[in-house]
Amino acid sequence: MTAAATTGSSGRLARESRFADPDAAFRLLAQAHRDLDERGSTALNARLVLILANQIGDEQVLREAVALAREAS
Amino acid sequence: MQPFRQFAYRRSADQDAAAPVRHPVVIVGAGPVGLTLALDLARRQVPVVLIDDADRIGEGSRAICFAKRTLEIFDRLGLAEAMVEKGVTWQKGRVFRGEAELYAFDLLPEGGHKQPAFINLQQFYVEAALVDAVLAEPLVDLRWSNRLAGLDNRENGAHLTIATPDGDYSLEADWLIACDGARSPTRGLLGLEFRGEAFEDRFLIADVKMTAPFPTERWFWFDPPFHSGQSALLHKQPDDIWRIDLQLGPDADPEDEKRPEVVRPRIERMLGHSDFALEWVSVYRFQCRRLDQFLHGRVVFAGDAAHQVSPFGARGANSGIQDADNLGWKLALVVQGRSPASLLASYDSERVAAADENILNSTRATDFIAPRSPGERLLREAALSLAPLTGFAKRFVNSGRLSLPSAYAGSTLSSDDESWDKGLQPGTPFLDAPLAAAAHTWLSEAFSMGQAILLGDGAAEIAPAGVLAIEPAAGDETLRQRYALEGGAAVLLRPDGHVAARFRQPKRAAVEAAVERMEGRG
Repeated sequence: MTAAATTGSSGRLARESRFADPDAAFRLLAQAHRDLDERGSTALNARLVLILANQIGDEQVLREAVALAREAS
Repeated sequence: MQPFRQFAYRRSADQDAAAPVRHPVVIVGAGPVGLTLALDLARRQVPVVLIDDADRIGEGSRAICFAKRTLEIFDRLGLAEAMVEKGVTWQKGRVFRGEAELYAFDLLPEGGHKQPAFINLQQFYVEAALVDAVLAEPLVDLRWSNRLAGLDNRENGAHLTIATPDGDYSLEADWLIACDGARSPTRGLLGLEFRGEAFEDRFLIADVKMTAPFPTERWFWFDPPFHSGQSALLHKQPDDIWRIDLQLGPDADPEDEKRPEVVRPRIERMLGHSDFALEWVSVYRFQCRRLDQFLHGRVVFAGDAAHQVSPFGARGANSGIQDADNLGWKLALVVQGRSPASLLASYDSERVAAADENILNSTRATDFIAPRSPGERLLREAALSLAPLTGFAKRFVNSGRLSLPSAYAGSTLSSDDESWDKGLQPGTPFLDAPLAAAAHTWLSEAFSMGQAILLGDGAAEIAPAGVLAIEPAAGDETLRQRYALEGGAAVLLRPDGHVAARFRQPKRAAVEAAVERMEGRG
């Protein structure tokens, strides 16, 4: 099952990995949480969302990202 | 193949010698790494004394996954065929979250390799096969119930005190190779630090005997329905034995968790029945550590004695056997006076880098499987929930990145032809390929000659003495393709199969220079 098939193929949101080393990227994010409690992590996540949303700078892509995040369970 | 064997202590003539007898190589530890190295050195005409403090092959299945690269090494030593026949061959795996399958993977999607991606085989079978080969090898003197009790690491050699049931005796060794496992007494005798991280979570590892219809695949669960909030792994071994790993969390009491009345109900919940027998149970906490250096004067460390990883990724025994593969040919050249001792510095740099790669992969997997903070758990759950919907999130899911040989990037033994960048880069492990007309039917088999290999059209013309030339025959398209053997190009492979050099238009002088460099004289 391709990602496009589940949420429509017209989107511009990247659904395949764009990282040469996805494990390194995941670890970078994970380690940012290591010494934080739950509240600290929630706040860090929120700040990261805003920083990365601004980096994307594209409302349509952001809309698709929000929809994908809401779809996952 | 017959496991579980006990061996007799035998008094050696060295114990009655007036002065300590000197040997070129003494290996401590007759586990998979020490045995492989002893056999490899003997095949290279280097006599070896191999000592072990026990008198039997270790019980419990311990390491079970032997990777393609390891099988190629065992094949070079004449042992892989029986292992593959006895073992359970597999290359596919599935990862589940709860009841749902997140994805499946295939570790060897292409043909043209002699060995499978992996076999599962209990460590005692591997050790039994190695011991049988060593016992048939006149150049290996295997001494059971011989414990290294004292070590003086001098500039010109190691002075050893060895404890036996008959009392102590002394030996001298030009080189002492410590393959004595994660708790390495040799490391202790030299007072060396073993630095790294310990993980908090405990894991139950059980081998159960049962007949079951599960396929021969690696199945991994995050948050399985039968073991809520934790992880589980199921993997088949020979003799109707199944390996089960269950995450227990940081607070589990290891002694309590090992009791059959605690273990059995856990496994019953997993299997949905009680029709199984417990063969072996252990509770572990994992560590990722290594020595700062593997080479300490006249003492060289290999395998778990040098580095330790968590089991996710099957990187323990496999990397240890690859240490032996890297060290064997170099040590033989040094002992035989054909290369300076400085060649061994490349063992240190190449295998330290490989250990770091294994530790990195093992740490990432362990952190994903057992998140260390609430935020990491949240991030892990986010990746798992997105994995069924997107490719990028699947790539984040990490139930263990399975052992692959390291590339020795920037190796001091490599030569680079700047005008040629096709095929495999120097330092990269070789890729097997079938050979239509050569003396060997696979490239991997040609390493049994113990030599470096020059691959390419016209190789026989320009291969220096001691280097095996292999020229592609009609039909060797896989070989040509994998090594970009076009327009007269050639590749020099080290005796351990790593690429030493590649050439666009090789001349004899350039190949000779690359061999000098590969053997530490250039």
